[in-house]
Amino acid sequence: MQLVKTFAEHYNYVITIFLMMAGLYIVVARGNMVKKLIGLSIFQTSVYLLYITPGKIIGGTAPILDPAFTVYSNPLPHVLILTAIVVGVATLALGLALVVRINECYGTIEEDEIFAKDDDQ
Amino acid sequence: MTAVMPHLPALQIVVPLLGAILAGFLRRGPTAFAVALAVSWLMPFIAGALLWQVLGGGSISYRLGGWQPPYGIEYRVDVFNAFVLMLVSVIGAVTMPYARRSVAFEIDEGRQAWFYCMYLLCLTGLLGITITGDAFNAFVFLEVSALATYVLIAAGRDRRALLASYQYLIMGTIGATFYVIGVGLLWVVTGSLNFVDVSARLAEAATVQPRPVITALAFLTVGVSLKLALFPLHSWLPNAYAYAPSFATTFLAATATKVAVYLLIRLYFSVFGPTLNFQKLPVSELIIGLSIAAMFAASFIAIFQTNLKRMLAYSSVAQIGYITLGIGIANKAGLTGSIVHLANHAVMKAALFLALGAVFYRIGSVKLHDLSGIGPKMPLTMAAFVVAGFGIIGTPGTVGFISKWYLAVGALNEVGWPLVLVIMASSLLAVIYIGRVVEVAWFRDPSPTCIGASDPPLSMLIPLLVLTAATIWFGIDTQWTAGIAGKAAGMLVGGLK
Repeated sequence: MQLVKTFAEHYNYVITIFLMMAGLYIVVARGNMVKKLIGLSIFQTSVYLLYITPGKIIGGTAPILDPAFTVYSNPLPHVLILTAIVVGVATLALGLALVVRINECYGTIEEDEIFAKDDDQ
Repeated sequence: MTAVMPHLPALQIVVPLLGAILAGFLRRGPTAFAVALAVSWLMPFIAGALLWQVLGGGSISYRLGGWQPPYGIEYRVDVFNAFVLMLVSVIGAVTMPYARRSVAFEIDEGRQAWFYCMYLLCLTGLLGITITGDAFNAFVFLEVSALATYVLIAAGRDRRALLASYQYLIMGTIGATFYVIGVGLLWVVTGSLNFVDVSARLAEAATVQPRPVITALAFLTVGVSLKLALFPLHSWLPNAYAYAPSFATTFLAATATKVAVYLLIRLYFSVFGPTLNFQKLPVSELIIGLSIAAMFAASFIAIFQTNLKRMLAYSSVAQIGYITLGIGIANKAGLTGSIVHLANHAVMKAALFLALGAVFYRIGSVKLHDLSGIGPKMPLTMAAFVVAGFGIIGTPGTVGFISKWYLAVGALNEVGWPLVLVIMASSLLAVIYIGRVVEVAWFRDPSPTCIGASDPPLSMLIPLLVLTAATIWFGIDTQWTAGIAGKAAGMLVGGLK
């Protein structure tokens, strides 16, 4: 029962850690370069959740200076993660561009086949 | 002039950033080069003015947009990061004239402007990591420099450059994401992102909630260690350095890993503080162990490389081992050795890579067997290679000896004489891999590839000779390197400043 309670109370963090591990596993385990990048994106996305979660207060509003609202969510993580999302998009775009160029040069995006081609030389 | 002086910390970042945009818009290689040269030559003056101010006493706190720290982003300059700013700026300024011919030779006409644009963005990112006093801002600059670096590496002619760039992108992004996870955990327990503010609140937070603090330390250590290529997280580095264009390799080898080391030292000593970090947890033992592994394993692998750029890349991993060794020793002499080796290794390794770039410019290869007998054909270039090589070995009279001296003194005080013997033994491996090149280049009959070779044009030769002279000069007069590094180390070891 205690376990279920802990799980439910930390639901967001459980999801965060699951996504983090899943993303990292895909990066390590997959040989397909596009799949690796997708794993990397999932890994980065989990961090967005990690930041957003502690900033949220249940029942809190947007941070508006008004006597009517006293409880509000912390706006800082949202701003930070907006920046991190941009960084993540840029990384993914650059990674995909590299994969396109690799496909043009090698004719494949499977890592083991690429290594085999370079060993031939 | 007086109106500009207070804004020097911002200008250090804004000038290369605007320069990058300008270089990208200009589209023509030679004009973009002129912009990059102007910016690169301006940087040491700004960094020098900052260094001069902080040497006079105290540190500079610059509020971006006038927002008060810790709410706004603060640029904080003290002796330590002013020294690193100076290092990055000077390396950029000295090597930039070399870029014109080298880049024209290795990069397609239409892509040269983009290359300079990316170089300036990389410079912006590296200087930004160094100057900022905000943990998240450092992450953004980390990614600015990293994304630019991936493009610089992918600009290499060999198709393997693309693969190296892709692998670095994967590893680098994992590293940066680990860093940002660590920063996030620190923010959760302290509520702050400003390095000074975090360190002030961390002691209390660590007693209330030790677990997230230790987890943050672990994530930050692994993340930054990936960036600085601490053994065994170095797997991205050899291919990236081997297949990137010569100028990109030179600049990255001399500055990029150094700035990551700076960030690690900043986190360990200014944020976590020596007490929290090194006495309760076995961080010191871990770092020393991995450093020794790097010094031996990477040097050993370097001995068997036939691509000389790859050989020097493995040598870089080994040399980074010396730098992190001083962090692990964590007393004043050891840390002085680390900080001074940031500069000393940058100078030597830049000279070595410039020499190889000049060889590539003349004979189109950096394979060991193609270099046979090239010494007499390119006497100044290969003489510079020998001198800088002596520096890597750590011969007295060169900068390498100064670093190892401080490391040995630090090791003797903290750990004992076996570590001193280890430092000396690992230097012997450097004798082998540098000696192998010297033997082939100077004492063999010329190979057909280098019959028509000669020393490169002056614009490439002068940067090489300046750095080679610096290898000797700073090995004898250490006032500006070890002197300032000692002050920085004293400040860092002295506690939370």
